Amino acid sequence: MRWKKLISHTILLLGALAMAFPFLWLISTSLMQNVETQTVPVTIVPSVPQFGNYVEAFNAAPFARYFLNTIIVSAAVTACVLVTSILAGYTFARMQFKGKDIIFTIVIATMMIPFEVILIPNSLLIQRLGLRSTYPALILPWAASAFSIFLLRQFFQSLPSDYHDAARIDGCGEWQFIWRIAVPMVRPALITVGIFAFLGSWNSLLWPLIVTDDWKMYVVQVGLTTFLEEEQTHMNYLMAASAFVTAPVIILYLFAQRRFIEGVSGAGLKG
Amino acid sequence: MAPGTKRDRIRPYLYLLPAAVLLGMFSIFPLVYGFGVSLCRFGIVFERFVGLGNYYRALTDTEFHHSLLVTIYYVIGTVPAGLILSYIIACLLFQKLRARGFYRTIYFLPYVTSTVAAAAVWRWIFHPDTRGLANTALAALGLDTVGWVQEPNSIFKVFGGLVGLDLDWPGPSVALFCVILFSIWHALGFNIVIFLAGLSAIPSEVHEAASIDGARGWKMARHVTIPMLGPTIFFLMIISTIKAFQAFNQIYVMIGERPMAQARNVTVFIFSRFYVAGETGYGSAIAFILLLIILCLTMFQIRILGRRVHY
Repeated sequence: MRWKKLISHTILLLGALAMAFPFLWLISTSLMQNVETQTVPVTIVPSVPQFGNYVEAFNAAPFARYFLNTIIVSAAVTACVLVTSILAGYTFARMQFKGKDIIFTIVIATMMIPFEVILIPNSLLIQRLGLRSTYPALILPWAASAFSIFLLRQFFQSLPSDYHDAARIDGCGEWQFIWRIAVPMVRPALITVGIFAFLGSWNSLLWPLIVTDDWKMYVVQVGLTTFLEEEQTHMNYLMAASAFVTAPVIILYLFAQRRFIEGVSGAGLKG
Repeated sequence: MAPGTKRDRIRPYLYLLPAAVLLGMFSIFPLVYGFGVSLCRFGIVFERFVGLGNYYRALTDTEFHHSLLVTIYYVIGTVPAGLILSYIIACLLFQKLRARGFYRTIYFLPYVTSTVAAAAVWRWIFHPDTRGLANTALAALGLDTVGWVQEPNSIFKVFGGLVGLDLDWPGPSVALFCVILFSIWHALGFNIVIFLAGLSAIPSEVHEAASIDGARGWKMARHVTIPMLGPTIFFLMIISTIKAFQAFNQIYVMIGERPMAQARNVTVFIFSRFYVAGETGYGSAIAFILLLIILCLTMFQIRILGRRVHY
């Protein structure tokens, strides 16, 4: 038994080291002087950590603007996804109406459409609506999520119906019941849905790349790819920029790890 | 106080409205619109109707076929290795071990990291000139440098050449190989979490009974754990395969804005037709072929899963 645990720990530690290695290399390079990134053989650890690189990198491109755009877009996407999925998820779970099954089937079917497939028509649509390089172009296509609706429906279904009956007797309307009673009861699920909406929005590249031409509307991921192409000679700045672009989601992950893991396990159960 | 019956009847539809409008506009309508566009010669604006012309073109377009081949290489490179590694790690993490939470945090970290930022580091590790880390490692072993993310030749040719073998076998390019390594690393945490969920769904009596019957180690895995994980494994296989068709960020960042044909999968091919070449109609046709492939894979998954779940 002892031996088995020792072997397990050894494998897991080596694996963890391999997984963490790119992060360590990212941080190390981001703190090097530029000459240290060009030595052969390579410098592994910077002689004097250059924390100023982060400031330099941040100012070398309009990152402040990129961050502002990304925060606006990600926050709006998260809020929209929450509102649309609470309403639709609750309706599918708790209300009876004509056409419920067929509408639900259509909503679920949209989960099967990969975004890459509708990329071109969506881009043409945004163009037609005159929304290229605007916030709505970055927000609206992601403002409703069939998977989130599905997930919240499951959670709303599992609420005992006694609450609803009691609230009804006390004169509580449907709308009030949703926001005052049902929503607080499914909070963990809402956090999971919110986190994934935020994460997806923060990390997306392809769609923003296609619908924004104006650098003033770039989100951080597009800004970072542009910076990566332009600043090939300053590896330390590139790594510093990569670090601060991804830092917000990593911090979020470290704080709300359980919700992340549950969200992914939930995605597995869906299959 | 009591709401009118008519208001009650339209209420559900009102609540569904925001989601329905958005999904209708940005998921369902584009599907119809995109199919229409795929039947037309369409550059920046509509030119003329060509029927299935774009689809015929796809049948004979070697560049498109090459993107399918790249996707297949990518699937072969990422799926088995990714599944085996994550299965092993998940089994180890499933034991009662100290620091389990710590390991899980580390293994899952790449999955939440932005692919652009993470791919930027990998591009730096596999930098084509001598200051890259991978090339430094080769130099330490006394070997030549490799072009890595800029190397269109096959892995057999290049890595064989390093040790003096002349292998002219077809295979994924070295550039694609770098992307494959990245993708295994990036998705590993996701696979592990799914495997852990699958493992915890196996009733503990199953393992206990098998161990009383003398099953240990590999025998236990081969005859008990892996068969019980059948649905999980199929789910991961299909999801990883679909992801291989959809991979974009890592190729765009590691190989470049206009990646060489040897590292272009189907999604990057669609992007390049549409965004770079302005061939909207043809790009849409390819997108529909992609949809067809993904639907077939999903149907396959549902059938297999449906069969496997009822034992």
